[in-house]
Amino acid sequence: MGALNLVIGRWAERLPGWRPALSDLRGWVVPLLILALLETLVRSGVLPAHQMPAPSQVAQTLYLLAQSGELWRHLNASLLRVGAGFAIGAALAIVIGTWVGLSRRAEAYLEPTFQALRAIPSLAWVPLLLLWLGIDETPKIVLIALGAFFPVYLALLAGIRNIDRKLVEVGRLYGLSSLALVRRILLPAALPSLFTGLRGALSLSWMFLVAAELIAATRGLGYLLSDGRETSRPDLVIAAILLLALLGKLSDSLLKAWETRALRWRDSYQGGEDGA
Amino acid sequence: MSALLKLQNIHKAFADVRVLEDVSLSLAAGEVVSLLGPSGCGKSTLLRIAAGLDQDYQGGLELNPLLNFGRGSGIGVVFQEPRLMPWLSVAQNVGFADGWVADDQWVEQLLRDVGLHGRGDALPKHLSGGQAQRVAIARALYGKPQVLLLDEPFSAVDAFTRMKLQDLVVELAARYEIAVLLVTHDLDEAFYLSDRVLILGGTPSRLQRELAVPLTRPRDRRSAELAYLRGEALTELYQSHVL
Ligand SMILES: Nc1ncnc2c1ncn2[C@@H]1O[C@H](COP(=O)(O)OP(=O)(O)OP(=O)(O)O)[C@@H](O)[C@H]1O
Ligand SMILES: [Mg+2]
Repeated sequence: MGALNLVIGRWAERLPGWRPALSDLRGWVVPLLILALLETLVRSGVLPAHQMPAPSQVAQTLYLLAQSGELWRHLNASLLRVGAGFAIGAALAIVIGTWVGLSRRAEAYLEPTFQALRAIPSLAWVPLLLLWLGIDETPKIVLIALGAFFPVYLALLAGIRNIDRKLVEVGRLYGLSSLALVRRILLPAALPSLFTGLRGALSLSWMFLVAAELIAATRGLGYLLSDGRETSRPDLVIAAILLLALLGKLSDSLLKAWETRALRWRDSYQGGEDGA
Repeated sequence: MSALLKLQNIHKAFADVRVLEDVSLSLAAGEVVSLLGPSGCGKSTLLRIAAGLDQDYQGGLELNPLLNFGRGSGIGVVFQEPRLMPWLSVAQNVGFADGWVADDQWVEQLLRDVGLHGRGDALPKHLSGGQAQRVAIARALYGKPQVLLLDEPFSAVDAFTRMKLQDLVVELAARYEIAVLLVTHDLDEAFYLSDRVLILGGTPSRLQRELAVPLTRPRDRRSAELAYLRGEALTELYQSHVL
């Protein structure tokens, strides 16, 4: 490990512009080793192939799915659901969170209700949503929105309540209206918490997507999962899991990149290379 | 000339604790007045009342109608801390009053005035304490105020920076014809900068003394007259048990 680190470090020194990209390569070492190990174990017959497919077979399954166009159909369905659910849940949470954060009265009226609703594990809504809204897109999107709402709402509320009173006073000094106060001071100041909430909400959205699609769907990655189980095809299941992981990571990276850009102004500890 | 800002018989209490009792003061155009007193005597409280940030008091706050000309409220405030918006650049902080439509040239000019020319794009986290305080001063000047309220604006910086900032404020106040009400607990600072020094003290606080500093500007910190006046004041304050 140390030697590899050193080798990568040497490359990196020769290519200064690539340095961050190359040092990120360190993260690939463990997964690649695991894949190589699995491949050998399955090929040599130590692991039964009908339970644990070889990585190469999973790759082939993915390739075939992509070629037949099936893959895009499923990806598209899942992405649309997560996108819509997350957007709706997060937008509602931002509006209501800001309102409750600003007004003690709104908090007095709404907080107990939200506390109670939050105590319900969100998956418990599934049967009810299916009863009410049928089995098409609506209940899935509602479920995802429900999952995305609370992390954003809670983080934003906490963020607003933690804002330095002294900055708000500057706003009052300049006679800002309450709308301008929200836009120019409260939301920017609560942005770090908001992003934490958004990222939590996004990962929950993916979780709820799988839940929704496992139960009732004819398309989507969750459907691929249950289809693979019903037809005894672990390669399909693992392919779907990989895709979910990939999409989850990708969407989180996008959000994180946005967060880093938006929070450039923050003056916080970034962590040291060798630990403190 | 009538006063720009007048506080009349101010009484202020937090819950049941009386902080200010019957404090009156007025600020004429172009005048520099210092408010001096021990920690916790209510200086910041009085300044917040003057700035209109605290409405919960008894007494009168009279603002000259002249203050409403020009942009903004006619009153600029610099707090004990810089209180910059960390997510805005230095230039955006200076032009905060106007947000998107800030007057870039005026911001540029103010940054030059406070010695931060070319740092407009920096973020507050990249500033030293003294630089941040200078940005706060520029922000207070942006609205072209006729009154500047300063709450111990130099207390968090080193002695040299403090001297520079003091000179900066006096010079800018003179250039833009601004009346200054300066809260401080530094006797040297009060005498060096002001035309009048008001001493606040006691529990609850009242105005104990008003001392005039009849010296022309620019002043020399080392001048014998300044030292003499300060010494006299100190003696008098000791003798009358104000300090
Ligand atoms: N929000 C508040 N609630 C209750 N008491 C307060 C509040 N703000 C100030 N006080 C009290 O009022 C008194 C005056 O406070 P103030 O901040 O005006 O003092 P100060 O003269 O500015 O002191 P310093 O020189 O340390 O800044 C203090 O005793 C303080 O405890
Ligand atoms: Mg104070």
